[in-house]
Amino acid sequence: MFESFDALFLARAQFAFTVSFHFIFPAFSIGLASFLMVLEALWLKTGKGVYANLYRYWLKIFAVAFAMGVVSGIVMSYQFGTNWSVFSDKAGPVIGPLMAYEVLTAFFLEAGFLGVMLFGINKVGPRLHFAATCMVALGTFISAFWILSVNSWMQTPTGYEMGANGQFLPGPSWVAIIFNPSFPYRLVHTVIAAYLTTAFVVGAVGAWHLLRDRANPGARKMFSMAMWMAALVAPVQIFAGDMHGLNTLEHQPAKVMAMEGHYQSHPDGAPLILFGVPNSAEKRVDYAIEIPKASSLILKHDPDAPLAGLDTVPEDQHPPVGTVFWAFRIMVGLGFAMLGLGLWSLAARARRKLYDWSWLHRAAILMGPSGFIAVIAGWVTTEVGRQPWTIYGQLRTVQSASPLDAPAVAASLLAFIIVYFAVFGAGTLYILKLMGKPPEPHEEAVPTHGPVRTAGITPAPAIEGGQA
Amino acid sequence: MIDLTIIWAGIIAFAVAAYVVMDGFDLGIGILFPRFPVGRDRDMAMNSIAPVWDGNETWLVLGGGGLMAAFPLAYAIILPALYAPLIAMLLGLVFRGVAFEFRWRDPGHRRFWDFAFCGGSIVATLAQGITLGALLQGITINGRAYAGGWWEWLTPFSLLTGLSLLIGYALLGASWLIWKAEGGLQTQARGMARLLLPALLAAIGLVSAYTPFLEAQYYQRWFEWPGVLASAQMPLLVAIVGFLAWRAIGKVQNGGRDWTPFFLILLLFGLSMIGLAISIWPDVIPGRVSIWEAAAPERSQIFMLIGAGVLVPVILAYTVWAYWVFRGKVDETGYH
Repeated sequence: MFESFDALFLARAQFAFTVSFHFIFPAFSIGLASFLMVLEALWLKTGKGVYANLYRYWLKIFAVAFAMGVVSGIVMSYQFGTNWSVFSDKAGPVIGPLMAYEVLTAFFLEAGFLGVMLFGINKVGPRLHFAATCMVALGTFISAFWILSVNSWMQTPTGYEMGANGQFLPGPSWVAIIFNPSFPYRLVHTVIAAYLTTAFVVGAVGAWHLLRDRANPGARKMFSMAMWMAALVAPVQIFAGDMHGLNTLEHQPAKVMAMEGHYQSHPDGAPLILFGVPNSAEKRVDYAIEIPKASSLILKHDPDAPLAGLDTVPEDQHPPVGTVFWAFRIMVGLGFAMLGLGLWSLAARARRKLYDWSWLHRAAILMGPSGFIAVIAGWVTTEVGRQPWTIYGQLRTVQSASPLDAPAVAASLLAFIIVYFAVFGAGTLYILKLMGKPPEPHEEAVPTHGPVRTAGITPAPAIEGGQA
Repeated sequence: MIDLTIIWAGIIAFAVAAYVVMDGFDLGIGILFPRFPVGRDRDMAMNSIAPVWDGNETWLVLGGGGLMAAFPLAYAIILPALYAPLIAMLLGLVFRGVAFEFRWRDPGHRRFWDFAFCGGSIVATLAQGITLGALLQGITINGRAYAGGWWEWLTPFSLLTGLSLLIGYALLGASWLIWKAEGGLQTQARGMARLLLPALLAAIGLVSAYTPFLEAQYYQRWFEWPGVLASAQMPLLVAIVGFLAWRAIGKVQNGGRDWTPFFLILLLFGLSMIGLAISIWPDVIPGRVSIWEAAAPERSQIFMLIGAGVLVPVILAYTVWAYWVFRGKVDETGYH
């Protein structure tokens, strides 16, 4: 089915497919690990059973999501070599150590303590168990730190020297490489995105069960916590996204031109194109609905500031405008929808109707997957927007791929598509099945053996011994 | 002056060895899985590795990621050369990894996920063994890139190494269960180990006899002075350890210690890896690229060495702790 494509296109399709699938799981598990940490901390502090039950309820979902994140992540760590070997050879001395640090500081931490987190509550006692939960949550964050540093270095490479053999070599300071110009913005924007993604999933699950039973204490608690996140963090995210955009304008102007649909330069104030159909052949946006001078106002904080367009960039360095333009609008649109839901929940809370407004609950269910869509749309914006480069301005995507035969890549792409949809489709169904059950007053632990026994969490003092 | 490249070769070798030690037995349990009776025995076999498999597999990521960081040229040549087996390995690991959770989530399809657990483990193991064989027999290189076709890895020798590793991991899995299980499951594992141990010794013998004739370098290593000293001892050592393992398996249920077979079989793996190192040293791609040709620049080596020096001991410490938490026999009340 892929005969007509060349090996490069197939390799790009494969990377896009596997990384998009993979990104869904960490986007959820980074937030969920922190959520679990908060729940367990609240339980240890207050001794209230509702937190312990919510912990067990979400731990089962976390276990399934995490397993999928692990296996799809191993694939990523080998894709660089199997499909992008020239890139790996050239960039390995710079990004390889960062990825090695990710393995050493994050993957082992997550994996090493996950077993205790999932199965060890009655073996190690609550405090040590809480420490294990914290280590897993910390691991997910450290992982994001390193891999986003790598990605950011590819977008805004700094701190390197060119070797005689064509390799990118580290300069005297690793700080210049790790903390490259786009990294702080990308890290903040992405980690907040992961928190919001989780919050909207948790909110949707809470809302779903509130519609069935308004009195369910677990559903009330999770819905309330999620709506606090939506109301407080969505505006922060819009601000962080704006900062990230300004940073991109400084370092990757062509990407912003594609996001904005600015084919032409605007010497005295660029319009903000709300909607339209980018027409790259004619170099214009058809059927554009625009606000005059608003783009200059947002990007330059001056309505009359001149803004360069893609006409100032050589044609062979243009990113695909249509994809970037649309992906960006999907992300921003969802961001404001999240803010809207957060504000609505504040209004409901102010009137003490948070658990009673069923339309708010329905909207929260509808917004459940919004985080995932926004995260993927944002990822597409930044990754397609930096084309045609793998290392921005230095190494082209065309020059990065492995010397593979097209049939080999076609076969592997087809295999990934079939396996991922089957396996992760099944996993998603299992997660939805778990979410479909209301949180019970005595949530059972992660089942690992034979007939599942309900072992309600016992208050801290009642657990004796078992300290390793 | 200390040669950082040699240190890094040692670290990568350690990561690969740690991977084989830790993930070998849990892949092995996957390989043997359909042989265990449905129900309690299968659940117990799975439970004996459920809390640790994820950490075990992370050593594979360190092997891959570490190779990219420390020997980027080797990473860039080896991975495209072994494209098909590596992709198969990754997909196999996907199936077996999710099966740990999915089989509990969907009792209606448990048979399917048990099958996926076993099939994924077999595919991943075969692929790893084939990878080893393909590297030993030599790959086609031009400049800084792989220059062969996408089926070059497929030879009788690579299939032999694939099959050998399958036997080896299965034996590790069986001896792990001798250690961790009781009753019927332990007895069954003993029976399996008694079949697999002679098979593994035969496989080691075949691969060892075949290898010197693949490349002149290996031949010289093993049959000329001073390598001939090692080649004279190796078969004897393997035979001794094999005999001890056989006896240990026999004695387990007559007052013998239940953990000795597992560690003796690890010792067999250790001897095989030492033999491998004797053959290929100092190459990272056997017969093609030396560790110095493929090494990352000194700045990368130093930066990573600081991290590895601090973190690898810490990782080993909490890995040991995680194993300690789940020590002892796995039984009905194992992980509740």
